[in-house]
Amino acid sequence: MSERYVAAVDQGTASSRCLIFDERSRIVSVSQIEHSHIYPRPGYVEHDPEEIWRNVQKVLAQAVESLDGGVRDVVGLGITNQRETTVLWDRATGAPVHNAITWQDMRTDHLVRELGGSEGTDRFRDRCGLPLATYFSGPKIVWLLDHIDGLRERAEAGEVLFGTMDSWLIWKFTGRHLTDVTNAGRTMLMNLETLDWDDVLLDAMGVPRAMLPEIRPSMEVYGEAGGDLAGLPVAAALGDQHAALFGQTCFDTGDTKCTYGTGSFLLMNTGAEPVRSANGLLTTVGYKVGDEPATYALEGSIAVTGALVQWFRDKLGLIGSASEIETLARTVDDNGGCYFVPAFSGLFAPHWRSDARGVIAGLTGYISKGHLARAVLEATCWQTREVVDAMNSDAGTTLTLLKADGGMTANNLLMQSLADVLGVPVARPLVAETPSLGAAHAAGLAVGFWTDVEELRAQWHKAAEWIPSMDEAVRERGYRKWRKAVARTMEWVDDDD
Amino acid sequence: MAPGGGWGHLALPTRIQSIERAAAVLRLLSGRNRRLGVVQIAGEMGLPKATVHGILQTLAAVGFVEQDDESGKYQLGAALLHMGSSYLDGNELRARALNWSDALAARSGESVRIGTLHEGRVLVVHHVFRPDDSRQALEVGALQPAHATAMGKVLLAAYRYVAAELTDEDLAGYTSGTITDRAALEAELRVVEERGWADDVEELVVGEASLAAPIEDRRGVTVGAIGISGPVERMMHNGGPRTDLVSFVRETARAVSRDLGAIPW
Repeated sequence: MSERYVAAVDQGTASSRCLIFDERSRIVSVSQIEHSHIYPRPGYVEHDPEEIWRNVQKVLAQAVESLDGGVRDVVGLGITNQRETTVLWDRATGAPVHNAITWQDMRTDHLVRELGGSEGTDRFRDRCGLPLATYFSGPKIVWLLDHIDGLRERAEAGEVLFGTMDSWLIWKFTGRHLTDVTNAGRTMLMNLETLDWDDVLLDAMGVPRAMLPEIRPSMEVYGEAGGDLAGLPVAAALGDQHAALFGQTCFDTGDTKCTYGTGSFLLMNTGAEPVRSANGLLTTVGYKVGDEPATYALEGSIAVTGALVQWFRDKLGLIGSASEIETLARTVDDNGGCYFVPAFSGLFAPHWRSDARGVIAGLTGYISKGHLARAVLEATCWQTREVVDAMNSDAGTTLTLLKADGGMTANNLLMQSLADVLGVPVARPLVAETPSLGAAHAAGLAVGFWTDVEELRAQWHKAAEWIPSMDEAVRERGYRKWRKAVARTMEWVDDDD
Repeated sequence: MAPGGGWGHLALPTRIQSIERAAAVLRLLSGRNRRLGVVQIAGEMGLPKATVHGILQTLAAVGFVEQDDESGKYQLGAALLHMGSSYLDGNELRARALNWSDALAARSGESVRIGTLHEGRVLVVHHVFRPDDSRQALEVGALQPAHATAMGKVLLAAYRYVAAELTDEDLAGYTSGTITDRAALEAELRVVEERGWADDVEELVVGEASLAAPIEDRRGVTVGAIGISGPVERMMHNGGPRTDLVSFVRETARAVSRDLGAIPW
């Protein structure tokens, strides 16, 4: 008998990828196709669901091609996806009624403010764990129902179906209309306690239940694929950040991962009960294994991390590539007293100040471009520290290890500074593709390829670890200065701006 | 101007002596870490000191050479290094090689390092832990002796003038297996260059072996070395390095090299 594998499809914002993993969680095959972004108007960002479906089929076919027995060697498929991106399609024909409205799309800006009314952005937070914001799917559905003639009636009659990317792909693969609990949790329509669609939320937004998929656990066999993939069990679905949490084997309460990219996403496992945040963090479902109770998580996102390095490269031109920031930063020993708060579009968790704008504080004649480079890197570290502190305080936990992934983990100085600023070790896993690994792990569990999460935990290996080496007094002084710099960003935006 | 022949004197391959001399100076200084004084260069070229000084001042003015403040010696300038393909930022190299080196550690089961030459030694610019969850410390920034490691041999084979400059002190013995003899090292480097990979069998640490292959940029210039290291009982088979491990290392080096050919992001 030939070797057996698990496949993961990562339907991301920029591309669709397929990765194949062996029994020891090693990547044996990767393929990727980028899709087009459609910008009908400023602030609108759409994807073509049919193009994405074609690409997903292509990357799967390409990835399994290298296996001896092709798709027959694959025991299960897991899906991980860009979250919140919204597709509506015709139940009878399977044809989308509109392009997918992506999470980045801001067309629901007015709508979410209307929905908040006098109660503001936290109107639905108790039920769904989320503040009213343009990212989430619910208001995107409402926009489509409001703007396409006759759509609301057809949705009420169950003729038009809604899905996030996981649902769309599962529908295409198996013909079933399902979603997983982590994706459903990003619609603002799911009740965090019952893990079912919430009638109060549906009524408040005016979304007909008939168009919504059935909410299922993150891992179970949803059905079998057809066509060239006939017989392949589709066995897991998780939103990308949730899959990354699972792939980083954050199975215990307090386990935390952060994905460092353009922006960064920190998720902490908070166990079997949802934790309500007093600091404006999001409460979300981490994952749900079959019939077991769901595991919840707190999520804190940092809008500007890698984006600040890109800004430093593209707008200031002090470096030629993102990696060179480390070289420049190492020309000096410290930040020279300089702090950079990249509140480019306000301050997010845990401050939530839309009137804030970025500052570079502590400038003296001594400050060189090397110090600025340090301050740019440290901005990511201090922002992480603020979110970690908020999580520790909300969840009553104490972070002991941060599992980091994403492109910025290649920056050694950043990772060391992060460990210094957090005062806990920071580890990078051997498999950097944590969302795909998480989806593969979930699918492998569902089909019995792996027995339990302990087996998966044993397969997580450190590729590198950074140990804090900063003196406590230096760290606290740095944090004090950072907070003073943050205070200086506020009340910058005036009414007439 | 005679018809038909008016441009003749321009088409002739006339050569400008001062440019030839400047090129010769640059050639003498070639290599990132080679530093020479005016007297040395003048001696090598058989030219008056004043002439060489003038050339160096001109080259310094355009950034092609730099003068060390302390010693007064000259080395190639940053402008030239950036123009040439032999210069690659170590941090850039790490970022580009990250996924490939992780995969190498997963496949081989051993720790992975990427190194570049730094003042005759190997500077570790990237380190992936051995995937066995044992306690390991990150060695990025550490310096290893070039003659006693597989990575060092790969780099010395590509930069012979660095090997030629190693002092007796540099060629220290770490075990009974370390190559401390110049002629033997030269012979070893010829083998490494020919077969495209290097090994070190208990030459730095007793009981440990390492394997390495060159990372090349799109012009075929060696910009670093990638290698694995581990205990001899896992690394060796029948008296030689395990052929599957050699293949893994060479495939990874080629994959990283291919990626370096891509346009920087």
